[in-house]
Amino acid sequence: MNINATLLAQTIMFALFVWFCMKFVWTPIMNALDERRKQIADGLADAERAKHDLELAAKRSAEILREAKEKVGEIVANGEKRASEIIEAAKEQAKVEGERIIAGAKAEIDQEVFRAKEQLRTQVSSIALAGASKILAREIDAKAHNELLDKLVTEI
Amino acid sequence: MSSEALTSAEYIKHHLQNLTYGKLPDGTWGIAHSAEDAKAMGFWALNLDTFLMSLLLGAIIMFMFRRAAKSATAGTPNGLQNFCEWSIEFIDSSVRGSFSGKNNMLGPLALTIFFWVFSMNLMDLLPIDYTSLLMHQLGVPFFKVVPSTDPNATFGMAIGVFILVLYYSVKMKGLGGFVGELTLQPFGKWGMPVNLLLEGVNLIAKPISLALRLFGNMYAGEMIFILIALMGGAWAGMSVGNATLYGSQILLSLGWAIFHILIVTLQAFIFMTLTVVYLDMAHQEHH
Repeated sequence: MNINATLLAQTIMFALFVWFCMKFVWTPIMNALDERRKQIADGLADAERAKHDLELAAKRSAEILREAKEKVGEIVANGEKRASEIIEAAKEQAKVEGERIIAGAKAEIDQEVFRAKEQLRTQVSSIALAGASKILAREIDAKAHNELLDKLVTEI
Repeated sequence: MSSEALTSAEYIKHHLQNLTYGKLPDGTWGIAHSAEDAKAMGFWALNLDTFLMSLLLGAIIMFMFRRAAKSATAGTPNGLQNFCEWSIEFIDSSVRGSFSGKNNMLGPLALTIFFWVFSMNLMDLLPIDYTSLLMHQLGVPFFKVVPSTDPNATFGMAIGVFILVLYYSVKMKGLGGFVGELTLQPFGKWGMPVNLLLEGVNLIAKPISLALRLFGNMYAGEMIFILIALMGGAWAGMSVGNATLYGSQILLSLGWAIFHILIVTLQAFIFMTLTVVYLDMAHQEHH
């Protein structure tokens, strides 16, 4: 139980073990631990993020569904409106066409009436002329009296 | 008892004798065969048992941790790696608990101290007569299997710690700061000699308390194992008394060994924690 050179040997050995431990044991294991800690933290963060993303996606899909429904309603409403518009327009057009046809027919009738009147007028004038020539029984200078006759014709 | 011819006193002496290599009185170098021879060798002698056992134990510990460290990955750890990681985290958290500064050496230092001291202390649980009997058969006259019952081992470590305390004191506070800490408090500059005396004792007490606490505990524990072993050693023929003694040796050894598991661990932990605390004090300014 004497103090001897073992003391120095132990101190040196101690120093060497500490050095070895620091260099070859502590650092790699601590690195591995840190690495794993980071991986786990990343994993948890990823899971959290995925959960969040899922929530967002669900929200978004609900949104899209709602929008789609809205749009469908709008389209149906538009379609109905458009159909009624078309019907309305067709009605309008039919009315205009009808009126136009009626107007054409009226014009034709007027024309017919006018032509009949004209014809009647010329016939009446020639009849009047014949009647007059017969009644007067005398030669009438057609040339001299044409102006008079024409005036008569316009008066009829 | 390893031999019938030994008396109790010789038996105890035999168990407390280190295997010392040095210069014998006749001028040749060799192994001391008695305590007087070992004493006569002076300082330049080596306790082979202490040296070899602590080297072997330290190497085993380092080999174990190195194996774990080599295969250490961030993936799922296997059994050994798990244990080593758990140990390192335990050491790391207890270092963080008592050390406020930042020093990369402290963790490995604490780890080495804890496991080295623990393994050296653990040798105490080997049946004392088996190891010396085995060594006797191999032609080795003495073999103290517990290195921490040799003050050389404990003081060797304590001196290592003390050097670190001095180094970090000077590094952190500067030479002037450290000297000032030793001389200028607690009584101011007019009480310088008294301050130096008080603070000097304070400083020297650190390694001495470290070394003597461990040595004292392990030496006393070993001593009690030896004394318990003497009970059965008094065996002299079949009688009720002898049988009772023999039975009590078994029971007492068992009880003391179980209690010793606590001491073994506790002493290793105390050595580690005090080292960390002393180094923490070395890092701190006291003004």
